[in-house]
Amino acid sequence: MAAGVATWLPFARAAAVGWLPLAKKTMPKPPVDKKSRSDEILIVNVSGLRFQTWKNTLDRYPDTLLGSSEKEFFYNEDTQEYFFDRDPEMFRHILNFYRTGKLHYPRQECIQAFDEELAFYGIVPDIIGDCCMEEYRDRKKENQERLAEDTEAEMATDVPLPPNSTPRERLWRAFENPHTSTMALVFYYVTGFFIAVSVIANVVETVPCRPPKGSVKDLPCGEKYSVAFFCMDTACVLIFTFEYLMRLFAAPSRCKFMRSVMSVIDVVAIMPYYIGLVMPENEDVSGAFVTLRVFRVFRIFKFSRHSQGLRILGYTLKSCASELGFLLFSLTMAIIIFATVMFYAEKGTKGTNFTSIPASFWYTIVTMTTLGYGDMVPNTIAGKIFGSICSLSGVLVIALPVPVIVSNFSRIYHQNQRADKMRAQQKVRLARIRMAKKGTTNAFLQYKEDGGLQDHDSDSAALCLKNRSSFEHQHHHLLHCLEKTTNHEFTDELTYSEMCMTESVGYRTSRSTSLSSQQVVSSSCCPRRAKRRAIRLANSTVSVSRGSVQELDTLQVLKSSAVPQSRSSLNARTEDLKLNCEQRDYTAAIISIPTPPANTPDESLPPSPAVPGILRNSRSISSFTHETVKISSL
Amino acid sequence: MQSDGQRVDALPDGAPSGPQEGKWQKPRISRKSLMKCCLVKWIISNTAPQGPDSSDGELELSMVRHQPEGLEELQAQTQFTRKELQSLYRGFKNECPSGLVDEETFKTIYSQFFPQGDATTYAHFLFNAFDVDRNGSIRFEDFVIGLSVLLRGSVTEKLRWAFNLYDINKDGYITKEEMLAIMKSIYDMMGRYTSPSVKEDAPFEHVEKFFQKMDRNRDGVVTIEEFIETCQKDESIMSSMQLFENVI
Repeated sequence: MAAGVATWLPFARAAAVGWLPLAKKTMPKPPVDKKSRSDEILIVNVSGLRFQTWKNTLDRYPDTLLGSSEKEFFYNEDTQEYFFDRDPEMFRHILNFYRTGKLHYPRQECIQAFDEELAFYGIVPDIIGDCCMEEYRDRKKENQERLAEDTEAEMATDVPLPPNSTPRERLWRAFENPHTSTMALVFYYVTGFFIAVSVIANVVETVPCRPPKGSVKDLPCGEKYSVAFFCMDTACVLIFTFEYLMRLFAAPSRCKFMRSVMSVIDVVAIMPYYIGLVMPENEDVSGAFVTLRVFRVFRIFKFSRHSQGLRILGYTLKSCASELGFLLFSLTMAIIIFATVMFYAEKGTKGTNFTSIPASFWYTIVTMTTLGYGDMVPNTIAGKIFGSICSLSGVLVIALPVPVIVSNFSRIYHQNQRADKMRAQQKVRLARIRMAKKGTTNAFLQYKEDGGLQDHDSDSAALCLKNRSSFEHQHHHLLHCLEKTTNHEFTDELTYSEMCMTESVGYRTSRSTSLSSQQVVSSSCCPRRAKRRAIRLANSTVSVSRGSVQELDTLQVLKSSAVPQSRSSLNARTEDLKLNCEQRDYTAAIISIPTPPANTPDESLPPSPAVPGILRNSRSISSFTHETVKISSL
Repeated sequence: MQSDGQRVDALPDGAPSGPQEGKWQKPRISRKSLMKCCLVKWIISNTAPQGPDSSDGELELSMVRHQPEGLEELQAQTQFTRKELQSLYRGFKNECPSGLVDEETFKTIYSQFFPQGDATTYAHFLFNAFDVDRNGSIRFEDFVIGLSVLLRGSVTEKLRWAFNLYDINKDGYITKEEMLAIMKSIYDMMGRYTSPSVKEDAPFEHVEKFFQKMDRNRDGVVTIEEFIETCQKDESIMSSMQLFENVI
C-alpha cells in the first residue's frame, strides 16, 4: 500500500465508529499496539552524512529495511544513531521515497549501483514513479543486454571441453569453433579454399576461350575444357558433401540443424551436381538442368560461415525486416499509382512504350529509384509532369526507411566490436585472476614450508612469519583447517603432474584392493583434469569409506602401528616412485590414495611413504626436517 | 491555395475592398479580408495562448492553499494533545500539500482500504459527515475535529456523529430511504465475493431491523433522541464504542 494509505488508516479506523450502531454482531477486539505512539526524530548516519527524519516516515513502509526492525542491527548505541556504510548520495533518493511515496531514478547514477542500493534497503524497483520509469527501464535493458553479451562471449569461446565428451560432441565443437583445435582450423581453411575455387570455376567457365582448332566461333571455356571443369566440380562437391554429412552426424539436434539456414544453403549448393548426374542427356530437361546450375552460385553464401561481416549483414537485414517490409509496401503502392497514371497519360501517344500498366511498372521503378535508363520516356506534357512528380516522390519514399536500416546495422556492428573487445579484456582479466590465485597458493605452500604449521616457539620462525599480514595468517589457517578436514594437502601443479606420472608407473603393479580406488587413481592421472579429479576423489573417499582414517603427521609427533603384511608390498612400490630427491620448495601431493591396509609410518624417512603416490617432501631446512605423509585408509 | 478561393495578390491595400458592382476589381489584401479567411482564423486560434479549460479545475485547487488555525486554537477545540496534533498535521500535509481534501481524493483514499468492494458511495457520505460547512472540501480543522469526536469524544458525542452520518440531508430525521442508502453503501463495500453471498434484499432487511429497534413511536423516521436513547440501552453498542480509542 502506498504511503498515503498508511497515513490515512487511523482515520479510516476512526470512521468505523459509524458502523457500530448498525452492527449485527459484536465487533472484534482491536489489535493491541505495544509500541509507544509518540513520534520521534531518528538520526540516520550514512557514511558521515546525517539524515534526520521522523520515525513515522520510515514506518510507512514496514517491509523495507528502514521501516522494519531490521534497522536495529545498524543502531549505534554510542552515538544513538543508525549508521549505514553506504553511498550517501543514493541514500538521499531512498529517503525521499519514504517522504514522498515516489521513487525517482537519478539519471547520472549507474543503474547497477542504484539497483544494489535498492536491494540493500529492501525496496522493490517496481515502485519507481512514472516520471522516471521509462529511463530506468531503458537503461536496465541496455545493461542486461550488455551483460548477456559478455556471458555469451565468455561461454562461447575458450570453454574447455567437458571431460567425457563423445567424439560426436567434439566434432560438433570443432565445426562451430574452428580455432579450438588445429585439425578444425585446417578443415576450415580447406573448405574455404574449395568454396572459392568452386565459385571461381563457375565464373570462369562462362568466359569465352579461344576456339579449338578448326572452329571459328568463340567457345566458352567451360565447353572447351569440360573435363577439367567437371573434375574440379566433382572434387568440390565431394568435399562439400563430406562436410555436410559430417555436420549432420555431429549436430546435437539433427532436425534443428537440417532446418537451419546454413544447412539449406549447403544442400542447395550441392544438389544440382547430383541431379545433373542422375538426369539423362535429354533435350527437354536440359533447359531445367541449366536453371539448376544457377543454384551453384549459392555456394558463395557458404562463405558466411567464414566471414563475420557477412553474418552481421544478414542479421541486420533480418532485424530490419519490418522496416524493409514497410519500404517494399510503400514502394509497391507508389509504383502502382504512378504506373496507372503514366499509362493513361501516355495512352494517346502513337507508338508509345507504355503499352500496358505492367509495362509502365518498369518505367516507374526506374524513375523512382532515380536510375533513369531512358528506354521508356513519356512524350505528352501530362506524362512528363507526372513523371517528374514520380521521380521526386521516389527519392522521398526510399530515403525514409534507409536511416533506420543504417542505424540498425551500425548498432549491431558496434555490438560485435564490443563483443570482441570484451573477449580480449576477459582474457587479460582471467590471466590476472589466475596469477593472483597462483600467488595465494604459492604463499600458502611457502608458509607451510616455513613451518607455519608448527607451534612457533622459536623466534626465528616467528620473525619470518611476521611479514605476513593478519589477513594472510587467518587465510592460511583456514586453508590449513581445510587440509585437516579433508585429510588432503595442497600442492602445486608440477608436483602433481609428476606424481601422476609416477603413479601410473607404480600402479601397474599395484595391488590395491578396492576397485574404486584404482579407478580413482588411474583416472586422476591426467593433469589437465586435476580439478575434476580432486572432486571425484573427495567423493570417492567419502563414499568408499570403510575402516578408519589414520593420519600420519610429522614423525616427531605421531607414531602409529604398522600393518606388517602389506609393508613389504608397499615398500616395494615405493621404490618405484620418485622420492624427495629434488630440493624443491613444495612438493606436497593433493591426493591421498586410499589403501585398504593401514598406513605404515616409517622411522626412516625417505622410503617411508607407505602409500604410493603420496609424497610430501620438504626441503631440508636447517631448523627442521619433517616429512608429513598423509595417508588415509578407507 | 486559399480556402475561400481568393487570389492573394502581392499588393497590400489598407482600403477596405469588396466586390463592387459591374467591373471586376482586383481583390486587395486587407486585414479585414484576411481575417475572413478560414485558414487564417484556424492558424490564429491554434497559436493563441490557450484559454482556461476544464483541467484548470484541479489547478485551482492546488493553487488555493489553506492554512489551518493555530495549534492553540485547535488544542482548545479538540481533545488531542499538542504532539498528536503535530503528528496528525504532518501526515495530513504530506498527503494534501494544499491543505484541502476534495471529494474525489477522499473517495480514492478511502477506496484503497476496501479493495474488494466499492467504497465510493460510503465515502461520499463520510465526506459529507466530515465536511461540516459543506463547502466541498475538508480542511484540516474539519478533519481533526471529526477525529477528535470519534476517538476522544464521549459516547453521546459519538452517537451524535453517527446520527449525523446517517442523516444524509441533515434535517434531523433519518428516513427509511436514507438508511437504505447508507446500508446499501456499506454492503457495497463488501464486494461480490462474500460468504454467504449478499442477497439482494439484505440491506432492506437490515434497515427493517434497524427501524424496528430504533423507531419507538413508529412514525417512520428516527429522531436523534430516539436514536441515542435506544443505543444507550443496547449493551453491545455501548461496549463497542470504546473500540477505536487507541487508534492514534
